[in-house]
Amino acid sequence: MTTVSGWGRFPVVESEMLRPRSFEAVAGAVVAGSVARGNGRAYGDAAIGAARTIAMTGFDRVRWFDPATGRIRVEAGVLLSDLIDTFGPRGFLPSVVPGTRFVSVGGAIAADVHGKNHHCEGGFGRYVDSILLRSGAGETIEVSREQNSDAFFATTGGMGLTGVILEATVRLRRVETGWIRERVISASDLDAAMRALEAGNSATYSVAWIDCVARGSELGRSLIYLGEHARADELAQGADRFPVGKDPGLAVPVDLPSMTLNRYSIRAFNELYYRMGARRAGGEHVVSLYPYFFPLDSIADWNRIYGRRGFLQHQCVIPEVRAREVLGEILGRVSKRGDASFLAVLKKLGHGDGLLSFPLPGYTLALDFPVKGDILNFLDEIDRLVVAAGGRLYLAKDARQSRATFAAGYPALSRFNAIRKALDPAGNIRSRLSQRLFDEV
Amino acid sequence: MTSRKSVLVLGGSSDIGRAAARAFAKAGYDVALAGRDAVALEPDAADLRARYSVEASTHKFDVLDTASFESFVAGLAALPDVVISIVGLLGVQQDAESDLAHATTIMRSNYEGPALILGLFAEKFLGRGSGTIVGVSSVAGDRGRASNYVYGSAKAGFTAFLSGLRARASRGGVHVVTVKPGFVRTRMTEGMKLIGPLTVEAPVVGDAILSAVENKTDVVYVSGKWRLVMLIIKTLPEAVFKQLKF
Repeated sequence: MTTVSGWGRFPVVESEMLRPRSFEAVAGAVVAGSVARGNGRAYGDAAIGAARTIAMTGFDRVRWFDPATGRIRVEAGVLLSDLIDTFGPRGFLPSVVPGTRFVSVGGAIAADVHGKNHHCEGGFGRYVDSILLRSGAGETIEVSREQNSDAFFATTGGMGLTGVILEATVRLRRVETGWIRERVISASDLDAAMRALEAGNSATYSVAWIDCVARGSELGRSLIYLGEHARADELAQGADRFPVGKDPGLAVPVDLPSMTLNRYSIRAFNELYYRMGARRAGGEHVVSLYPYFFPLDSIADWNRIYGRRGFLQHQCVIPEVRAREVLGEILGRVSKRGDASFLAVLKKLGHGDGLLSFPLPGYTLALDFPVKGDILNFLDEIDRLVVAAGGRLYLAKDARQSRATFAAGYPALSRFNAIRKALDPAGNIRSRLSQRLFDEV
Repeated sequence: MTSRKSVLVLGGSSDIGRAAARAFAKAGYDVALAGRDAVALEPDAADLRARYSVEASTHKFDVLDTASFESFVAGLAALPDVVISIVGLLGVQQDAESDLAHATTIMRSNYEGPALILGLFAEKFLGRGSGTIVGVSSVAGDRGRASNYVYGSAKAGFTAFLSGLRARASRGGVHVVTVKPGFVRTRMTEGMKLIGPLTVEAPVVGDAILSAVENKTDVVYVSGKWRLVMLIIKTLPEAVFKQLKF
């Protein structure tokens, strides 16, 4: 047995960790209570097997690539960082990237990850043409929109619970450069922030950093980052068409004392960050794709900044009609506490594609909290607001929501369960997350 | 045929072999992968083609089958510019202490086979007047230790062979690189207790091999810390050293 946790380092549990080297070995590794794990970037308990965790990062081969169409077939353990570094200089990038590039393709499909372009271009799953799946029943099947489509839509966003994703065919995006034309807008409160995101709806990329310790008339003040892929003729003279993605330069070498982040340090940081951002607001700058898409990837092991007890990310989405009212209420409560950290993100989402995909048309808010005090009770209260507004929580971030919150947010759950049952009658595929939220007990 | 440079990787299915193949392919080399099971190498060859638009081929090579070495070399479509041997077998020290067959396999896999095949390539390279030979040896060969001296002694022999070959071949335009990786997180070391700060991932070794070839380095400790560690281990007096159990 090994001690395993997600990126948030909460919860920390025991699971047997297996590292198969062939697809035959993967097949043999699936026993009752197994789930696949990619690069371990899910925050909570999604990629931890109830009994056994099957590590897939060894499967890192590209099977083929067609430069005429941008279609690529990869093994599930290939990281998006690898695709960016290898195919970026050839003019191709993943069509969707989440906030870290260190996720596997298998994980990106399982969580149907979204990026800063979700409002107009959808999630990772929309660019997946087909998936090679080892089902819990022991069959190896190819699933796509045309073939085994039920299994395809259950696997997209299905948190690895339909079986082990072995390979996938994905459509990459053609780009002229690895640079982003960025426009920063400062918004003095929540209304202004939402108006700016609304106005930025036609931008390919849009996201807001939101100061969740600002209170009163400044509640919800934000910096909005809009972005477009820069063309070659928009680069500075002599700039490389594709910037070099450096390995994380800084690393957090030890678990910091949990008091490092307190309401004073966070307030000071946010004030500084907002002012520096506001000074850049207005004009357009060309920035490398790495800091634009992955600002935190430059600090290795940043999760250790929250100390040994770990942290929780609460990411909800609120349907558009109730968004302003409910987000205002959530931010009001959060700012009163003062311990949500600098990583608060507000973004507009469109439709999700998979049965359990997180996105729905509305606004998503992501907040990080250190695990301490009455945080679990506090988040339960927030969940009640989310559920009442017809919203839901992102499974890839979740470590603590209740069965009732989950069931209320994901109406396609019964359909998902029926498909899962057909693929895995014995119920072999089980993660800590599925046990917690919806497996029959 | 292309005008690109080419590399042959013996032990192409190992983690370090795959990493070296990727590093060279990324730098524009055509790659020949050789291993016991050529069919099993095909997905890795396809990976190199898809990623880097280079030519990649697979070849059957068994380091214990020394009788086949001459026909193996003769069977290659062209003599590569660089040949890398990553072949090796850690084995089980305790078994090797009493099981002569196991000890023999460890010695042959780490010394006899790699030395003979690289020696053969050296002759061909010297005939041509160019080429680079890379032997992946081990820090374990720097001094025999109680916990792995069967493996370590074979690596010591291999290191000495490479050193002598380098001295001779350098006059004929052929460069020889000795690589001592230290701890690497691979299948070979899976389950072993590795010391974090002294441990690297396989791609780091792949990149180090490429840069050693391009910069004509003689002996490479992948992590500089190992040079220091082994210097200390090598200079301990025997009376002290023999008390150590590691």
